[in-house]
Amino acid sequence: MQREALRVLASEPVGPYRLLRLARGRLDPGMPGQFFMLSPPGHLLPRPMSLCLAPPRELVFLIDPVGKGTRALAEAEPGETMTVLGPLGNGYCLRVEKPLLVGGGIGVAPFPYLSHALGEPPALLGFRTAHHAAAAALVPNAEVVLDPTLVTDVMPSDYDVFACGPEPMLWAVARRAPDAQLAWEAPMACGFGACYGCAVEIGGELRRLCVEGPILELKASRWRKVRRREAA
Amino acid sequence: MILNASGCLDALAAPDVARRLDAFVTKTVTPLPREGNAPVRIAETDAGMLNSIGLANPGIDRFLAATLPRLAELAIRLWVSVGGFATDDYADLCRRLDERDEVQVIELNLSCPNVEGPEETVVDIVTAARASTGKPLFAKLSAAVPDVAATATAAAEAGADGLSLVNTIRGLALDERTLAPTLATATGGYSGPALRPIALAAVFAAYRATGLPIVGMGGVETGRHALELIAAGASACALGTVLFADPRAPGRVRTELAAESRTHGFETPLAARGASHTIVSSLLSDKTKKPAIASEM
Repeated sequence: MQREALRVLASEPVGPYRLLRLARGRLDPGMPGQFFMLSPPGHLLPRPMSLCLAPPRELVFLIDPVGKGTRALAEAEPGETMTVLGPLGNGYCLRVEKPLLVGGGIGVAPFPYLSHALGEPPALLGFRTAHHAAAAALVPNAEVVLDPTLVTDVMPSDYDVFACGPEPMLWAVARRAPDAQLAWEAPMACGFGACYGCAVEIGGELRRLCVEGPILELKASRWRKVRRREAA
Repeated sequence: MILNASGCLDALAAPDVARRLDAFVTKTVTPLPREGNAPVRIAETDAGMLNSIGLANPGIDRFLAATLPRLAELAIRLWVSVGGFATDDYADLCRRLDERDEVQVIELNLSCPNVEGPEETVVDIVTAARASTGKPLFAKLSAAVPDVAATATAAAEAGADGLSLVNTIRGLALDERTLAPTLATATGGYSGPALRPIALAAVFAAYRATGLPIVGMGGVETGRHALELIAAGASACALGTVLFADPRAPGRVRTELAAESRTHGFETPLAARGASHTIVSSLLSDKTKKPAIASEM
């Protein structure tokens, strides 16, 4: 597990979100869909964030400042340092034929990095408002729908779907595309299997999202692990 | 000696962290498998965090058959924490673990705030456990009792070889916007920095009452915090919440503890054990000298 205090380079507004740019240090960006634990200044516990972009010498995260911890992350000033642990968890499996990215709200966070790795496939992104949809500019080849239209209303079939977004959206995507790779979210204290806080119900069982996910595939109401991370 | 607090580390998921400990304490094992409580199960709060994991574990059968052999491969000292819902549960768990050479110490979890506790008293449970195993038994107690010293004494008289102090204390957090409880179970176990003075007081009282070996825990983040627990009477200290944010804490706290001990004139950390009691005694015996705090007030 790699952990390092990284320098904050910038925190840029993107609609209601913030794009937090950190100097990469010696940390590996990992696979798209993997996540990092970011320690907000002044807080006891780190917060899980999937990597949004990995330009040279940077790690970039899209933050939705909805709580005390995420607000502290979003308000970090350039020049401050922030302790970061990662990459953690299991990323998306990239060996697919016809990728389509389907995201909702802050769920677009891992897509810029994922899109780059997949050669900029089409993306379908849903947002509550046009203000939130500013984040779509980070994702190449994105089609945007706004509330009340849902991404699943317009989602084409016969694609290899990569999805990330609120839980009801993920369930709806899985009903339309049973093979979809779904990125899930849960409150998490550690990110490496210690706290058991991120348990999610999987086919009637509670499992730790940090070690078994966060990317999971749903088939016949049963989940399975898509991919183990390659390095501990 | 630095351990983890039970339930704050999975040695199989993070073996490199576990290897930096002097002993690894397992998550509490119960007679039957438990999935734990429904999510949401954790929440950060002022000066700490709440958890309502609810003793998620594979149950003793699977633990002995699958988990314990894998833990043994890590070649670290193993303490197994056990929990039950009746005296007989603890006796059975201890009997099963007694047969396993991989297990060095059994910790009796007598104080999880997230599950319905057994009706029986600490005395009944420790007595039953004592009769079921020859392995060292540590009783993990809560500070949320009227008299920690009395509970510690009861555990000692019933045959406990040591004490683990303290477990989390029940707490509640409300959602910033909705004011609904953040955790699905409403309340959870409160841990982190806020527990430090509570843990110190419990260790201080239990050391004075029993003289037993004590694993002190509760909000330890630095070597200074560990030294304070040792000075209050702990013979070892365990790391809990800090491990979530800093998996390198075992090595760091160990180094800081050694340096902090030397700064205070102790050759080793353990040489500081109980030092706060000695200082209190000398102050009380010297009637002409008032405690510093009183003179400042």
